[in-house]
Amino acid sequence: MATENTKTLARAMMAPSVIMLLVWMIVPLAMTLWFSFQNYNLLTPGNNSFAGFFNYQYFYTDPAFFQSIWNTLLLVVGVLLITVIGGIGLALLLDQPIYGQGVARILVISPFFVMPPVAALIWKNMIMHPGYGVFADIARFFGVQPVDWFAQAPLFSIIVIVAWQWLPFATLILLTALQSLDGEQKEAAEMDGAGFISRFWYLTLPHLARAITVVVLIQTIFLLGIYAEILVTTNGGPGFASTNLPFLIYKTARLSFDAGGAAAGGVIAVVLANIVAFFLMRAVGKNLDR
Amino acid sequence: MSQITLRNVSKRFGDIVIIPGLDLVIEDGEFVVFVGPSGCGKSTLLRLIAGLEDVSGGTISIDGKDCTNTPPAQRGLAMVFQSYALYPHMSVRQNIGFPLKMAGQDKATIDRKVAGAAATLNLTDYLDRRPRELSGGQRQRVAIGRAIVREPKGFLFDEPLSNLDAALRVNMRLEISELHQQLKTTMIYVTHDQVEAMTMADKIVVLNRGRVEQVGSPLELYRRPANLFVAGFIGSPKMNFLTGAAAGSHGAATIGVRPEHLRISKESGALRGVAGVAEHLGSDTFVHVKLDDGSIITARGTGEYPVEHGDTVWLTPEEGRTYRFDQQGAVIG
Amino acid sequence: MARAVSTKTKIGWTVVVWAVALVIFFPILYTIITSFKTEQEAIQGFSLIPSGTVENYVTVQTQRDYFKPFMNSVIISVGSTLLGVIIAVPAAWAMAFSPTRRTKDILMWMLSTKMMPAAAVLVPIYLIFLRAGLLDSRIGVTIMLMLVNLPIIVWMLYTYFREIPGEILEASRMDGASLWNELVYVLTPMAIPGIASTLLLNIILAWNEAFWTIQLTTTNAAPLTAFIATFSSPQGLFWAKLSAASTLAIAPILIMGWFSQKQLVRGLTFGAVK
Repeated sequence: MATENTKTLARAMMAPSVIMLLVWMIVPLAMTLWFSFQNYNLLTPGNNSFAGFFNYQYFYTDPAFFQSIWNTLLLVVGVLLITVIGGIGLALLLDQPIYGQGVARILVISPFFVMPPVAALIWKNMIMHPGYGVFADIARFFGVQPVDWFAQAPLFSIIVIVAWQWLPFATLILLTALQSLDGEQKEAAEMDGAGFISRFWYLTLPHLARAITVVVLIQTIFLLGIYAEILVTTNGGPGFASTNLPFLIYKTARLSFDAGGAAAGGVIAVVLANIVAFFLMRAVGKNLDR
Repeated sequence: MSQITLRNVSKRFGDIVIIPGLDLVIEDGEFVVFVGPSGCGKSTLLRLIAGLEDVSGGTISIDGKDCTNTPPAQRGLAMVFQSYALYPHMSVRQNIGFPLKMAGQDKATIDRKVAGAAATLNLTDYLDRRPRELSGGQRQRVAIGRAIVREPKGFLFDEPLSNLDAALRVNMRLEISELHQQLKTTMIYVTHDQVEAMTMADKIVVLNRGRVEQVGSPLELYRRPANLFVAGFIGSPKMNFLTGAAAGSHGAATIGVRPEHLRISKESGALRGVAGVAEHLGSDTFVHVKLDDGSIITARGTGEYPVEHGDTVWLTPEEGRTYRFDQQGAVIG
Repeated sequence: MARAVSTKTKIGWTVVVWAVALVIFFPILYTIITSFKTEQEAIQGFSLIPSGTVENYVTVQTQRDYFKPFMNSVIISVGSTLLGVIIAVPAAWAMAFSPTRRTKDILMWMLSTKMMPAAAVLVPIYLIFLRAGLLDSRIGVTIMLMLVNLPIIVWMLYTYFREIPGEILEASRMDGASLWNELVYVLTPMAIPGIASTLLLNIILAWNEAFWTIQLTTTNAAPLTAFIATFSSPQGLFWAKLSAASTLAIAPILIMGWFSQKQLVRGLTFGAVK
């Protein structure tokens, strides 16, 4: 029934979503680009002037800039490593025959549903606090000096918190993929004399490859934008030790009121995200062709 | 009651021509089977008749009335789909009653007709179940029930048995044939299985690449295939084809003999060869013979014909059962 | 079929898996326990047995007016999701049932808007909201979250709609259903489970969104994310109260999340993993 009428109707049905997203994408991006070439301080509006590449230069020469890029990448890579490796392990565990499998699974996925500020505050105050946290209690139990996590290893602490939030996501997706592995394939491999390790290496891991790709790419989108966890724990410090790019932009815009500088940072963030997006699009796009 | 006439009907998807232009008359009350290999356009043709696809050219008329542009709902035809296409959220009762509800019939009439159809199809005990709680065969019967309640001018079947297992397929084949005997309504049935075509049809339409290769009763097609394609498609096991010297001696490019028209002997005959695998079915024996010139042909022997792998056998075609084809594949004579 | 597993093996695995699961769940569990402790108990060292006071819950409401951000969260997450679904259903519908050559490109493009880092457009969005007087307004944040989640909503609905077999729609046409009847009796009942899953997952995502909600609200429209974030500056002994507020903030969504495990995988992977 692909007649002209239905085509017109289909276009009309898509129009609201398409137009909204188009506006939502183009207008702020164009404004960001425009501001990035302006001297624009939010405290002195109306005093704008053309700045050329000054904002970029300023951002580029700021030592905080490189540290924030480096922190952004460390955060993404660190969390990905923990969640993917941990997720495979957890998925394999949850796939075993156990009593109360459903409940165990619910416990494991729960952290994903905890809102970022709550997750960060729980870890900051109750787990990692140098005086009263559970880690400190454990350290004292073994007679060791408790670690002041957020002062001594701020970025690592944030990586731990974010990994705790995303581990369930990786586990759930990898478990779903694991359970779709054909039982007959496993049996065939067993008949062929493959032990647990070879079955995992030659059968399970290749089967999970696609799910791992999806986990990596989707988490990357979210991990590039980590913000609330930093805000409520270290506030980017000490110094810039736990400042990532989004947090630096936030600081420039909202705390230093430098709209031009923040916009330049925004343009850089867009470029960074696009590099990642390119790969994600290719992976998800393949799925559409089946 | 209805006669369906197709005149110069064609169908293209973009630049791809599915049906180049086809004429066909389906008489009132006939059971017509469209048969052909996958991709031959048989399902497209059925969907054109149903109105689910728009024709690219030509006209379709039902009972002399042009309905080329009539929407499917108003053509008065019912269709049974390959996937059954039952409504998953409705009970069997609601599924069967749906066309009647759409036709605005009152509840009492719907209940009576649904009960009648269910009784005919042995579905009475399942009326309150959902489709997913039924077996494949039962789902198939619900789909048929949904088609018969509205007493359509004609039934369209799109490979309805292809999702069933072999035993069930034989049963449903009989049930559908029985239904046709009872209702005497025009039925058009699409299949790629020539056995279904042979056993059910009054008239078979053999399609290949969107063209009609031959139209006729099952036995006509069996006895007098118009060309190589039909000869090879109708009959099981397939007709044997020989080319080269053997064909040349008959004045043809290709000659064909059906396995059942070859006499097997261990002493003498027209063609000598070595027996390969022999399939003993009990009722028949199919022997695959490698002839001296290297070609392999199949012959049917009697039920318990004693032949072993490696035996030398002789094959003799029955008188008047050898088909001759020219270079273009058309039958000679 | 699988061979019988010996009870011994099963018990062994059960102990291991449950131990790991409890470690992962521990921070949440400990928060819930702490919320029933007094402030004194909360800092007295490790203990899993609270005195069972509900004082913290009372205090959170009376001193910090917990109910207001809670209602803001409900209004913003449900509102943005409903709005998004209303806009996305026709689009997903058209793309699933009358796809054209460009459908795939449009879908990919929509997904790409999701990759735009929020921080990159902070300045213009903040200024637009400032000029339009939308800062700290529920309607402003609702629209924002709707836009942020719209691509996911379209995608989720599209993957669900695409699974409705075309033959069923054709069958209803053959059965004499008009376009309207087709919509009412066949399409809508078959689409409802997919729409419900989409609603559920997106309410969860909107409830937990913690960039725009914190940037664009202060007091009036602040949902729980922004409310909890104000606890970050240490104000003396407040951990038990923080735990009570946290428990209340995550409880509803945790329960919804447990029911939406399956949809979560499909939805967040855009149908790539099922």
